[in-house]
Amino acid sequence: MTGGALTTVAIAMLGGSLRVSTPFLFVSLGECLTEKSGRINLGNEGALVLGAMVAYATSYQTASPWAGVLAGALAGALLGALHGTVCSLARVNDVAMGIAIMLAGSGLAFFFGKPYVQPSAPHLPTLPLGFWSDLPQVRSALDVSPLFFAGVLAAIALHWLFRTTRIGLRIRIVGDSEDAARALGLPIDRIRLVATAVGSGLAGVGGAFLSLVYPGSWNEGLSSGQGLMAVALVVFARWNPLVCIAAALLFGAAGALGPSLQTVGVTQGYYLFYAAPYVVTLAILVLTVAPGRSLRGMPGELSLGK
Amino acid sequence: MKAIGVEAIAVSKRFGTFRALDDVSLKVGAGSVHALLGENGAGKSTLVKCLLGYYRADGGSFLVDGREATIDRPADADAMGLGMVYQHFTLVPSMTVAENLVMSRADVPAVIDWAGERAVIEGFMARMPLRIQLDVPVGQLAAGERQKTEILKQLYLQRRFLVLDEPTSVLTPQEAEEMLGFVRGLTKAGEISVVIITHKMKEVARFVDDLTVLRRGRVAGGGSARTLGPAELTAMMIGEPQAPADPERRGVPGAEPLLAVVGLRTEGDLGRHGLDIAALSVRRHEIVGIAGVSGNGQKELVEVLGGQRRPASGSVSVAGSAYHAGRAEAQARRVRVLPEEPLRNGCVGRMSVADNLNLRSFDHTADGHQRRWLDRRGMAARAQRMIEAFGIRAPSPQAPIRVLSGGNVQRCVLARELDGEVALLIVANPCFGLDVKAVAEVRARIMAARNTGTAVLLVSEDLDEILELSDRIVVMRQGQIVHETPGAGADAQEIGRHMVGH
Repeated sequence: MTGGALTTVAIAMLGGSLRVSTPFLFVSLGECLTEKSGRINLGNEGALVLGAMVAYATSYQTASPWAGVLAGALAGALLGALHGTVCSLARVNDVAMGIAIMLAGSGLAFFFGKPYVQPSAPHLPTLPLGFWSDLPQVRSALDVSPLFFAGVLAAIALHWLFRTTRIGLRIRIVGDSEDAARALGLPIDRIRLVATAVGSGLAGVGGAFLSLVYPGSWNEGLSSGQGLMAVALVVFARWNPLVCIAAALLFGAAGALGPSLQTVGVTQGYYLFYAAPYVVTLAILVLTVAPGRSLRGMPGELSLGK
Repeated sequence: MKAIGVEAIAVSKRFGTFRALDDVSLKVGAGSVHALLGENGAGKSTLVKCLLGYYRADGGSFLVDGREATIDRPADADAMGLGMVYQHFTLVPSMTVAENLVMSRADVPAVIDWAGERAVIEGFMARMPLRIQLDVPVGQLAAGERQKTEILKQLYLQRRFLVLDEPTSVLTPQEAEEMLGFVRGLTKAGEISVVIITHKMKEVARFVDDLTVLRRGRVAGGGSARTLGPAELTAMMIGEPQAPADPERRGVPGAEPLLAVVGLRTEGDLGRHGLDIAALSVRRHEIVGIAGVSGNGQKELVEVLGGQRRPASGSVSVAGSAYHAGRAEAQARRVRVLPEEPLRNGCVGRMSVADNLNLRSFDHTADGHQRRWLDRRGMAARAQRMIEAFGIRAPSPQAPIRVLSGGNVQRCVLARELDGEVALLIVANPCFGLDVKAVAEVRARIMAARNTGTAVLLVSEDLDEILELSDRIVVMRQGQIVHETPGAGADAQEIGRHMVGH
């Protein structure tokens, strides 16, 4: 491989990572918010797919992609509210319910999305941050969606929320110690319901990115499990929204590896490169969980067996 | 005077058919310290929970500051300035001390001005005799520090009446002294009135004005703390006078160490120091007591010896050869462990009492051969024998063990661990949360094991327990052994100084 090809791959990976990371970022922020309140939501994969479909359909019908983003968020939030409501009943298991929501969300999306597979909806505009360069590769790599910056802002906002606002600290209390929450008289179920709905809404925005920005179409194979991998991503990020940005970028870069190599004509081991995000998932899981230590930062009420 | 008096008049409370409180009256004068004594299950915490709105009393009434008060919810008690420091903590582990203090208020603003809040908290702290770091997550504090934070939190909330539930059980003698002295000072100054639930007679004699003794949900006696001695109080509590017998020691410690720990280190975890033990040994016919403020490596040491934590380096040997705490090794060398929180660390909560009693022995026969099929009849007989020998009170041997009271879970694990011949016994906080009678019984059993030749490593946060039982005492601080002294004639103050490190 020549130096020029390397540069091309690097630029393509940079651009690819900004694109691929955005849905990861939104879903992981949503999951982070939900888990901070002491609930796991595997249903965010369903919210992502449903959000993608609803966003695409709305954008097609109204000719406004921003209305699509909003509708995707709403669809996700509704699905999250359903999860939150059912989980607050006695003896409902978060994980089992999450899988049900994931399947229900995808199923709904496939059912109502059939008519929208063919037509093409208006996409979200992008910001041409590569205007200063003459290289077309650089220009296309730095065509960044405003949703990426919205995601970064959302991460910063969440970080601030968890530190300096009443509602943020209440979410943490509910997520960390039900005993303490009860002693303070906090409405545990209501706080978790809101955190779950808003978290799923963020996952819906991630879906809108998939269908309206990159890859920018609606079909049944649109998500390749980003919603589930985002759950793992929250663990790496140690439930810290700011670290979620870095984790999402890392995942994005790994995900962009395959397509970037393709641009310079590397076709050998093609599927192997596509597996990179999953390999990264495993590798980081193994590296970050040391047997001699407890897992840091995990909300105390988060558990698989409830 | 800010402090308020509180009076309970003929309060009753039932749970199903069980009378937890039966016509209980209690009067706490403004600015006084009132002790509430009684065995576990005597109704002490039910009474204070009714007062604070966690339970609703079935009958009777409460007077707060001389006026009849309706207390239906904790918020009602809050509004009147009544507060409680619980034995189990209600602080949020992942939040810092400052965050916990601010969030405990009823009037937290939507957006918190941390600079302003910090200034207020620091001003408040400057007036307090207890020091606590504000920016450390509560989960990383030792139990004693958490206890202090709980008390500081109540004072920060400007309570006028405070219930302390066994406030000194996890403190060093100096800390307990300082803390109770501080509370005493506040009551003398008329800032607060205090009800203190305690088992410690020394504290009653030194820091209490009046007291009430409960037994099986009824008032068994009470009066001025000055006129009632420990013997009378114990008699009121358990119904018959019972002097704590000084346990008899038989047999002298052997020459060879049975347990030898050399250069043991573990990685630091959750902001705590890892273990760094140069040498520790326990001999036959010997109880070695490990004293220390909780969170100084005792838990990690028990985890390593019990096979729950992997050491980074160093060696552990039992009876002269290396020991890795696997199941087969533990069985072959007859090493037994009574961990702290036995329900979590030593039992399977959903399995029956009988199954839990057989966890050590279900998979092999008496002569050590592996079993492929369970001997259910033998297991039931063995369980029955232990239940009788240790006086375990369970609804049935088939009841899941998690429904038992703390004392009975403790008895179950002790029965299992002391079954048969035991070469090395490791016990952690064996009497935490037990009542007077159960404490005496558990300690007698540990001493009996020692007398038959078992080497015992006793880890306890209760210094009195260590002083009573140990042949030799070592003090742990920050994962290291910092002091060692013979048990006979050991000086509690000296040990306490080594525990806190000055």
